[in-house]
Amino acid sequence: MKALVEIFYKDSVFDPQGNTICQSLQRLGFRRVKDVRIGKVVQLELDTDGQSAADAKKDVENMCEKLLANPVIESYTLQIEGK
Amino acid sequence: MKAAVITFPGSNCDDDTVFTLQQTLELEVDRLWHKDAKDLGEYQLVVVPGGFSYGDYLRCGAVASHSPIMGSVKEFAANGGLTLGICNGFQVLCESGLLPGALVRNLGTNFICRDVSLRVASTDNPWTNQLKEGDELVLPIAHSEGRYIVEESVYSAMKEKGQIVLSYAANPNGSLFDIAGVCNEAKNVFGLMPHPERASDLRTRHGMGIWQSFLNWSAEQK
Repeated sequence: MKALVEIFYKDSVFDPQGNTICQSLQRLGFRRVKDVRIGKVVQLELDTDGQSAADAKKDVENMCEKLLANPVIESYTLQIEGK
Repeated sequence: MKAAVITFPGSNCDDDTVFTLQQTLELEVDRLWHKDAKDLGEYQLVVVPGGFSYGDYLRCGAVASHSPIMGSVKEFAANGGLTLGICNGFQVLCESGLLPGALVRNLGTNFICRDVSLRVASTDNPWTNQLKEGDELVLPIAHSEGRYIVEESVYSAMKEKGQIVLSYAANPNGSLFDIAGVCNEAKNVFGLMPHPERASDLRTRHGMGIWQSFLNWSAEQK
């Protein structure tokens, strides 16, 4: 089973990388771009033999809380995919 | 007095720190490798130095904060042991939960490497007790993730308890409330982005105020 975790700075934390890229896109003529935020994607391959999808999800949530995301500055979303 | 300096893969200020502690402060210094968890009770100071631990993968300090030695550092700090995090070490201490807040990408996105002017914001602690509130220190910074972030309610409590130790006179990186260095509530854990170990010799001796404060504090505890 695969899990996909997306991590972004919280909305309250200014993202200078996103801001720089937003300005760069606007300079390139993409004037409809209003905001850009840069995040991270973590793809996990899980051994879920004998484990329910709900438990697998709980595991990944634990990974996010412990290491993958820093709750002080980041928020995350996760998806569990396929078998 | 005995101090320990921790090395992670990617640490690069460990040598400078060892040099300062040994040559300038004449302390006995052990170098500890990140994999070697051990009781740190024999040390009067544990330093988590600057650098790029684990290549700054994921977030600065995130991987290091879970390394075996950090379990020992947490225990040492919980017992009141004086623990200092410089630059990447500050990031490691925040990621470990030993200090509040977090350090994120500088506002201007640049890596900033230059001397900055700092103000001593509080002195009732092991780290700045030989300085006066408002004193100016000029210390070098070298970081791209030095913007200190903390919830405003946490900041208010920190300020009241004297946990804001150093602030930038002219904010270089967008740190909230110009914060350059903070300590925990018990004051025994201190993290700062500037490098006192790079300013304790011939070039500038402004880092000495911090080391002398530590020495004075340790002498008084005896």
